[in-house]
Amino acid sequence: MTRHLLTVHDLRVAFATEAGPARAVDGVSFTMNAGETVGLVGESGCGKSLTALSLLRLVPDGGRIAPGSRITFEEQDVLAMPERTLRALRGHRLSMIFQEPMTALNPVLTVGDQVAEVVRVHTTASAGEAWTRAVDMLAQVGIPDPAARARQYPHELSGGMRQRVMIAMALILEPALVIADEPTTALDVTIQAQILELLRDLRDRTGMALLLITHDLGVVAEMASRVLVMYAGEVVEEAPVALLFDAPGHPYTEGLLAAVPTLDSTRERLHTIPGTVPAATAWPAGCRFRDRCAHAWERCTTEPPALAQLGPAHRVRCHLVQEPERRRA
Amino acid sequence: MSVSSGATPLLEVRDLAKHYPVQGSWWRSPSQFIRAVDGVSFTLHAGETLALVGESGCGKTTTGRAILRLIEPTRGSVRFDGQDLLALDREPLRRLRRHMQIVFQDPFGSLNPRLTIGAAIREGLLVHELAQGAEADRRVAQLLEEVGLRAEHASRYPHEFSGGQRQRVGIARALAVAPKFIVCDEPVSALDVSVQAQVVNLLRDLQRDRGLAYLFIAHDLAVVSHMADRVAVMYLGRIVELAPRAALFAEPRMPYTQALLSAVPVPKPGRAPRRIVLAGDPPSPANPPSGCVFHPRCQHPAKDARCTRDVPVLAEKSPGHWVACHHVDVTTPLPPPLAPA
Repeated sequence: MTRHLLTVHDLRVAFATEAGPARAVDGVSFTMNAGETVGLVGESGCGKSLTALSLLRLVPDGGRIAPGSRITFEEQDVLAMPERTLRALRGHRLSMIFQEPMTALNPVLTVGDQVAEVVRVHTTASAGEAWTRAVDMLAQVGIPDPAARARQYPHELSGGMRQRVMIAMALILEPALVIADEPTTALDVTIQAQILELLRDLRDRTGMALLLITHDLGVVAEMASRVLVMYAGEVVEEAPVALLFDAPGHPYTEGLLAAVPTLDSTRERLHTIPGTVPAATAWPAGCRFRDRCAHAWERCTTEPPALAQLGPAHRVRCHLVQEPERRRA
Repeated sequence: MSVSSGATPLLEVRDLAKHYPVQGSWWRSPSQFIRAVDGVSFTLHAGETLALVGESGCGKTTTGRAILRLIEPTRGSVRFDGQDLLALDREPLRRLRRHMQIVFQDPFGSLNPRLTIGAAIREGLLVHELAQGAEADRRVAQLLEEVGLRAEHASRYPHEFSGGQRQRVGIARALAVAPKFIVCDEPVSALDVSVQAQVVNLLRDLQRDRGLAYLFIAHDLAVVSHMADRVAVMYLGRIVELAPRAALFAEPRMPYTQALLSAVPVPKPGRAPRRIVLAGDPPSPANPPSGCVFHPRCQHPAKDARCTRDVPVLAEKSPGHWVACHHVDVTTPLPPPLAPA
């Protein structure tokens, strides 16, 4: 069996709230291979961003990764390693691109300094060498006149340019895995097209693995080779991208795909998923999607479904896998 | 000549502009203006949806607010139901507002956190003296049910609702005064896709049942293709293309519209997009380019000196299809599809 680049096993993250513990990420397991692009999709509050942050041990205050959770990256135990080792890993072998570059960048440092800092922290390069590499990287991410731009502050750049700076910072040391959390959500569609093209190009050139967290199924279809769908703190479906879109196995995935409006739509009614996502403090017993599901029967209210094999590389957390005759037309 | 689709329109906007001064001070008149909206004209008929699309800063939101005089336009005219809105005094304008409502993007920011949602919806009824007392309560209950909430929700506060439910409250509040026209300013942009679909369907049902006219402001072109009868594309404060929905999506003619449509990611893996990736960012509306505002980013093969010199007029190139481009009659071949990933 080949060694995976990343293995996440039974990841659980909970927050203490007045209404009791909120189990925001609740038993997430998956693996990633070197060079692979995996899409992690789901709606607000499904736990996808928190899963991503946990990989770098960046869980926000109040949150706690439960004992028993395991994250292995390049054969190192991320959750057990000392802070020093973790810092050496972050930004070097494993890095992250955030949604909002304006809040993720330091407003009082020039963008060149911020990109160069990554090099200085992780390598023995001199200040001069680090600066040269930073300017070179800014050029690679498509920033025009990079030598001059490097001396500017984040507020002097447009949203698209700031996101390019973030990408330069994340990629300058050619990490093995880049986690991109909604990297284009804050951008206009023509700028999003530029950034996606840039990410695709850099991925192909460096061979990095990319974990792309997004709510946009169009972005996933275009970028990912494999997709994980999250709902209510759990992975409910995992499939190669073409299979997920052609033959989704989970009723939630099916509903989500049908609800997305497309450009060639002909003003018919959009499919909707009734109801809303339950609260993380009170996940329903049994299947967490059952109240919104058209197929649910008694078993769904009592027995939580396991992630079951529907085909090779296709796993679905639904009792329909064992009892397909229960599916309603 | 007007950018219209026949018959007498409910709303007629002509040469609307909103310029914001920059670098001015109380003793010196401003030397520069941000031309947020710079000469926008269109019409809207009863029961029709016109979508106003474009990217951040193109002026679509400012246009919507200037029409309702939530901000005062710099110039232009807005005729609503035969009356010139920009000439009206406070009181007649207030009375006419009953017929023109707005639904905002952020339903939380636009609802008073200390008012129950029942009180928020009643407010319009009271201000316009449409109902009071038990009759108002009855109307509030009816409105809540019409937007898919329950009558007993009236006594709850905004924070008790999810984003989608709050947007339903925002819609109920707009409907309370039985308007003819609603400006929908990015009404589903903040919502998750499954909830977004619920609200899109609700808006369409309400339009059918009540004959509402919508000015639907949005950046999501896929949502627009579900909502709109006609679509106006804005760039840097101007309308650069306006056409019936089917024509705009099937045969966009302005190079910017073509790039915009091609940039939308398609939720179908393997269907490689025929994408035009624009270079650079949109220019600043404080210092718009000469001639065609799109020329610095335009990839049209016939681009020439005229594009940098003369402002193209929004002209009707085929029935109902208006385009502002000097070279629209020259066909632009789309680039070949991207190699599959």
